[in-house]
Amino acid sequence: MALTEIFVLIRKEMQLEWRNKYAIHGLVLYLAATIFICYLSFKAKQQSIHPIMWNTLFWIILLFSAVNAVGKSFTQESANRNIFYYTFAKPESVIFSKIIYNTLVMLGVSLIGIFFYSWVMGNPVGNMPLYLISLILGAIGFASTLSLVAGIAAQGENSATLMAVMSFPLIIPLLLLLLKLSKSALDGISLSENWDEIAILGALDIIVIVFSGILFPYIWKH
Amino acid sequence: METLKRQYWKILSIILLIYTVYAGFNGQVPRQPILNETIRNLYFHVTMWFTMIFLLGTSVYHSIQYLRKSDLKSDLISSTYVEVGMVFAVLGLITGSIWAKFTWGDWWTNDPKLNSVAIGLLIYLAYSLVRSSMPDEMQKARISSVYNIFAFVIFMVLIWILPRMTDSLHPGNGGNPAFSKMDLDNRMRMVFYPAIIGWTLLGFWIAQLRIRIKNIEQQNEL
Repeated sequence: MALTEIFVLIRKEMQLEWRNKYAIHGLVLYLAATIFICYLSFKAKQQSIHPIMWNTLFWIILLFSAVNAVGKSFTQESANRNIFYYTFAKPESVIFSKIIYNTLVMLGVSLIGIFFYSWVMGNPVGNMPLYLISLILGAIGFASTLSLVAGIAAQGENSATLMAVMSFPLIIPLLLLLLKLSKSALDGISLSENWDEIAILGALDIIVIVFSGILFPYIWKH
Repeated sequence: METLKRQYWKILSIILLIYTVYAGFNGQVPRQPILNETIRNLYFHVTMWFTMIFLLGTSVYHSIQYLRKSDLKSDLISSTYVEVGMVFAVLGLITGSIWAKFTWGDWWTNDPKLNSVAIGLLIYLAYSLVRSSMPDEMQKARISSVYNIFAFVIFMVLIWILPRMTDSLHPGNGGNPAFSKMDLDNRMRMVFYPAIIGWTLLGFWIAQLRIRIKNIEQQNEL
């Protein structure tokens, strides 16, 4: 069954992560260090930060963490082991398991991030539930877009550069929509007035996931 | 006679473009506030975007053909259409920039459509980087086809959905005088529609010449 296959693959990802904890520790440390640098360069110097800048800065931190976290999806395991997966798992299961796993990672990163970020930088958000919705939609969107891009980049020779060059322009539509939604949350606008933005973001997430499912088999086939 | 039958569309393109230039500069146009005579740019600026979208769409069609049949010819055709499409994108940016200088007073303004196109150029520059980073011909073709399809989807979201969510300075957006049903009168339609067809045919003509040159180059290498 495809579903059980996806679950097995997700469990494998988690076990791998659990065995060499340095990757997830590195990610959290990366996040904490970036946030602290932002604190030192903005808040500590000027005593205050404009709410719009607060929001933009946070999304940029999340974007860079996402590129780092998702970018290693296909490069951390050896090519031989990828061939081994190729023999028994369907490519759709592989990409969907990566997307789900990366979404979980990004949700964790977003939540730890917003907690730590609010702690040192203050929290001007007016409508926190809506902000959390934008974080969830952002986690899904980042994970799905970047998983496919990571698959493409892993095929090239200089995959770190390729990953950055491809993912930044491709992620901009998503990032602009997220900034707009989270700006509304920042201003304390109620959920019912933002259904349009949420629907468009959800639709974009679904489009990206569907196309990942269609296109990934062609990358996977060597 | 046989060759003439296959080439008639090239002659059509020349005739239509001569007509476009002649009628575009001499024809009657409605007087609009702000726009004035620059409304004629409709025939030379907006048509560039139509041509670009047709060319990129054709390129995606050939990318899909490549993924289905693994014929390297489709990949060559597809990448050439992207190249020519980018030439038209740059032309669209230049004609738009000159027009903006005379109507908005600046070469580059912070307008969502302008920014979207700039991001689009970045997306397709990354496409050429992806191509140059793959040493193997088959791999290059497969990966760049996948990227091309994905990039086109994101690009369409970028230029069709995002600008509609924010106010734009462009005619037709944010309450500016436009070429809508009321404004774009029949005299302008008589030039605008032939202009779209003429420029599009010219784009395909250039692409075909490029494809033929590349084919000859490949044969010489063998």
